[in-house]
Amino acid sequence: MIAVNLLNIFYYLVTLILNDASMLNTLCLQSVSCVRGGKTLFNNLDLKIKSGTILRISGDNGSGKSSLLRILCGLLAPQSGEVIWGDQAINKDRDQFHSELIYLGHIPALKADFTALENLISSALLGGQVITAKEALQALSAAGLADQAHRVVRTLSQGQKQRIALARLRLPQPKPLWILDEPFNALDQKSNQLLQSLLVEHVKHGGIVALSSHQTLSMDDEPQVVRLEL
Amino acid sequence: MSHPASSVSIFIGIIRRDLQLALRRKSDSLSALIFFAVVASLFPLGIGPETKLLMQIAPGMLWIAALLAAMLSLHKLFTEDFIDGSLDQILLSTLPLPLVVLAKTIAHWLSSGLLLALVSPILALQFNLPFDTIGVLFLSLLLGTPLLSLIGSIGAGLTLASRGGGTLLSLIILPLVAPVLIFGAGAVESYQAGLGLTAHFSLLGAMLAIALFLAPIATAASLRIALE
Repeated sequence: MIAVNLLNIFYYLVTLILNDASMLNTLCLQSVSCVRGGKTLFNNLDLKIKSGTILRISGDNGSGKSSLLRILCGLLAPQSGEVIWGDQAINKDRDQFHSELIYLGHIPALKADFTALENLISSALLGGQVITAKEALQALSAAGLADQAHRVVRTLSQGQKQRIALARLRLPQPKPLWILDEPFNALDQKSNQLLQSLLVEHVKHGGIVALSSHQTLSMDDEPQVVRLEL
Repeated sequence: MSHPASSVSIFIGIIRRDLQLALRRKSDSLSALIFFAVVASLFPLGIGPETKLLMQIAPGMLWIAALLAAMLSLHKLFTEDFIDGSLDQILLSTLPLPLVVLAKTIAHWLSSGLLLALVSPILALQFNLPFDTIGVLFLSLLLGTPLLSLIGSIGAGLTLASRGGGTLLSLIILPLVAPVLIFGAGAVESYQAGLGLTAHFSLLGAMLAIALFLAPIATAASLRIALE
């Protein structure tokens, strides 16, 4: 009996080490309904997103893509139902949930008076991560923004702003859950491909991505992508 | 190396971020200061050069001018973060929301209320107030202006999503800050009359202690509602 238990514990430890336990997680929707402005957008939605999955939400304008993403990260309370991360509802321990989440809305949350570098450092800090200027520079370079790092965001183009916001995903020690609202907006072809491979790479390491997009993406054929039509 | 941020470093980081933003855009702080100076200088013009009368009404008048000047920049506390999407990130911070709100309110006070208090002695000079009275006025503003920012932050959160938020904000907040005005200006008047300061300053201090604790919680709740 004891030997079996020991074996179990050993087996558990091995899976822990192999899979990086912090990355093993599930995001669950339990009969979630959303009503906006008197209109029911979706009703009794049940969903389970496991580690290693990209949830790709598509639908017409106003079908509730953004609302669903905001519900997933707790910015919007659903009319009924619950969102569960791991083994507890996300509003039970918000601070813990926030430390495992990156949400990027449909407008890049940047300060027009800050440089790209300052923006990245301050948004990482809000998300509970202290990063050095060197690490921020590396993330910006990986996003193809090395030359713009010290420019004030006000002077940059829409696509460049979007890339600065997305550079948060390239910081060291990535958070497991990424919720991205129209991340491909305003991106050029090259950045679009770079972002897709970054997302696939992330879920291959056990992360979870939920994103909305109305474009056809080359990653749609990847086995990790799960589609949800609203 | 990157590492998880402690609550204290996030708290200080938010204050620093907002102060840096205020420094990059000095016009907001400066316009409040200039408004304060202009309003305070209009009173003697309207009332006439009667030194004794001016000396008598100076404390209350400077207090009203400071209060109105503090209202000017209040609606900016959250609107810019709301418009550029940063408010979502603030709500999703790993620091509890009331603490984030408190950090932002402290930064707002440092870039508006504190400056008003610092300038007040210079403005008080033109009313021929004695130095010790000016000192009391300065101290009362130093205790009172953080209260204006704290109570104002509740209104700023409530009126965030509404159109014409600036005017609505003043309408909501001005009645609520009346006690601050009464005890702030009252402190200087009672000092001038030779009565003690303790009662007024104690009450201001008590209000500040309560507001420091309760206002961020109320503001956090109003922000969550505004963003839904």
